[in-house]
Amino acid sequence: MAMLEVENIHSYYGNIHALKGVSLTVDEGEIVTLIGANGAGKSTTLRTITGILKPRDGRVQLDGEDLSHYKPHEIVYKGIAMVPEGRHVFARLTVSENLDMGAYSRNSKQEIADDLERMFTLFPRLKERRSQVAGTLSGGEQQMLSTARALMAHPRILLMDEPSMGLAPVLVEAIFDTIKQINKEGTTILLVEQNALMALSVANRGYVLQTGEIVLNDTVDKLKKDPTVQKAYLGME
Amino acid sequence: MQTQTPSPWKQATRYGLIGGAVAILMSLVGMVATFGQRYIVSGIFTMGQVMFLTPILIFAYMTIRRTAPQPINKVILLGALSGLSTSGVMAALVLTGQFLNLRAMFPNASPELYGILTFNQESALGLLLLLGTGLVIGGIAGGIYLLSPRMRSTLLQATTWVVLVGLLRDLIVTVSYRWGFLGNAVKALFAISGLTPLSAVILFILVGAVQYWRLERKQSAASRPTTNQKPYTRWLKLGGSALILILLPPVLGIFFSEILDNVGMYILMGLGLNIVVGFAGLLDLGYVAFFAIGAYTMGVLTSPELGFFSLTYWEALPFAMLACVLAGIFLGLPVLKMRGDYLAIVTLGFGEIVRLLALSDWLRPWLGGTQGIQRIAQPRIGDFLLNTQQELYYLFLIGIGIVAFIAWRLKDSRIGRAWMALREDEDVAMAMGINHVSTKLMAFAVGALFSGVAGTIFAAKLTSVYPHSMNFLVSINVLCLIIIGGMGSIPGVFVGSLVLIASPDLLREFAEFRYLAYGALLVAMMLTKPEGLWPEARRKLELHEDEFDSGQEPLMAMGNPDGR
Repeated sequence: MAMLEVENIHSYYGNIHALKGVSLTVDEGEIVTLIGANGAGKSTTLRTITGILKPRDGRVQLDGEDLSHYKPHEIVYKGIAMVPEGRHVFARLTVSENLDMGAYSRNSKQEIADDLERMFTLFPRLKERRSQVAGTLSGGEQQMLSTARALMAHPRILLMDEPSMGLAPVLVEAIFDTIKQINKEGTTILLVEQNALMALSVANRGYVLQTGEIVLNDTVDKLKKDPTVQKAYLGME
Repeated sequence: MQTQTPSPWKQATRYGLIGGAVAILMSLVGMVATFGQRYIVSGIFTMGQVMFLTPILIFAYMTIRRTAPQPINKVILLGALSGLSTSGVMAALVLTGQFLNLRAMFPNASPELYGILTFNQESALGLLLLLGTGLVIGGIAGGIYLLSPRMRSTLLQATTWVVLVGLLRDLIVTVSYRWGFLGNAVKALFAISGLTPLSAVILFILVGAVQYWRLERKQSAASRPTTNQKPYTRWLKLGGSALILILLPPVLGIFFSEILDNVGMYILMGLGLNIVVGFAGLLDLGYVAFFAIGAYTMGVLTSPELGFFSLTYWEALPFAMLACVLAGIFLGLPVLKMRGDYLAIVTLGFGEIVRLLALSDWLRPWLGGTQGIQRIAQPRIGDFLLNTQQELYYLFLIGIGIVAFIAWRLKDSRIGRAWMALREDEDVAMAMGINHVSTKLMAFAVGALFSGVAGTIFAAKLTSVYPHSMNFLVSINVLCLIIIGGMGSIPGVFVGSLVLIASPDLLREFAEFRYLAYGALLVAMMLTKPEGLWPEARRKLELHEDEFDSGQEPLMAMGNPDGR
């Protein structure tokens, strides 16, 4: 059985039918990517999974447990953490305080301290800046912080919403390297991206979302060879 | 954003003219004339003069700082030009006043005002005198700029002290009556109004010398490695301030105790609102409602006049506290989804609803309507009834001690961190696993509780409550004191209350211009020290971070070149 199962969800913004029956599964240890153009419903899918948006129909299951009765903050305790689009670090708090906030759902001081050390080995840059106010970090550093903050919740599955947005190509590569690293250390990842080329290079499987519907669903290698994907998302003729 | 800098002379004139406008405003609202008879130094110098000479000095000084660096003689000349422009504007006011009757529009444009502005001389001579004074004071501002920072601060401190002591002459003399022979010595320092010239000079030199010596010590302390004697001196300081706080009422007498009680009441409310606004970032403009609920619950439960209950103060206190917590939650529930401006408006309405309910005829049998509730019980400890201002002071002191301790502990607790996260970004806070409903309600409830405690002591102090003391302005005052003290800062609440609540009570003449002064103070604060007088460490970090490159607040970066 898959770890995360999204079954036929229909989500609305008011009267706008944003997701028209999206289904996807993520298995333990995988990196799964969800690609699509602007407005395809990628972020909406993530918002529905984290419980911020309640679907009118369909359901989200984690390890077979239906999540629809949980509030957004309770879903964190279930083991789903999100790196929000546009990073959203607590700009007026320091780097260490941001990381502390990430561990809000946990109790064991020892485990939190260990994870903090792990974050600092994963992102040495954050260690240098630990007492600096997060708003003063560069975009790339904020992305690292946002990722580290989500990992501090010690999630079983990490949802990442456009981690490459607004970053220089060099930084994008660094971010994707860390994604692979995080995954190697045992965290399952659902990655939402517009940068399809990068996303397909790190993921195991991918879904292509178009105007609220999944139109393609395959392994990365097959998706890369698919003519429509090549044309629409990889810029090849 | 480098534009071509205008010539310094032009800038000097411009700043001078702005200073003139400020001086005219102060004259026409009546501040100068009201203080015209208040001597700082007997027979020589009145507060009225201070009021219209200060703008000249301040704006000349600002001119020089903005046009710096300039050669020495140019600095003096620029200051003089700015001063001349300021006094020129005032001279124009006096001249206009000779030909036109301005009193129809500005009741304060009286002959007395013109007399003060022209130093009580005949028109032509007076005008020349005024212009000359502007010139000289502007020049002096230039001179001050050229002094070392240490000398400058010494002069500023000494002058401020002389002005303050002179102003507070009546109060000091009244209080000193209680001190026996020491009182006579104090009295000898003062004239009928203000200081005698000799004691003014002595005070000036004394304060100046002390300040000069202190700065010297600070400098050498900075260069020397700090020796390890900290814990001992810290306890000594703590014990000393505790002793002073305990001894204050008997030493200062009833008038000051009344002021201290007032300040204490606002500190209690400030600590509460600081949690709601400062920690959790929920802008509450109806905060007085909880104060009213605390006071009225105390009234209803203890006053035999209404004939429901006649509990003692201590028996009623837990009920009053409970009522406030419930009211906090009751207000919190419908506004959970609101943020910022919307929340402010709703809470404002809530405050008014509570006041109007207390005032209404509908609830008159229970709450007394316009007549309010009388004969409220006062707290009794053993056989001892706390009923004078001096005795109630200790009740405030204990209350503040407990509440400040709770607030301080809450700040670094788990819930404190949740408040902080919620204030910064509600959506992300939820994604961290923070329950925004209970966290927000907790902030409202704790804030309401603290305010309610203040309300109960207030009711006990007056032994009565009236709906008109539950004014909207109370909420505004509490909010202002938090902003001035520093958002989210606990010591800031104390500083803010002392500045905003004590000063108008000490200077009755000022009370008339209270809100004008508040407004000016708030504007000045936001421009030069937006983090407050005693800011929380975090706010300071965030507003004065040198690498803050988002360019959000260029004004603040500009306002702090000398780090004042």
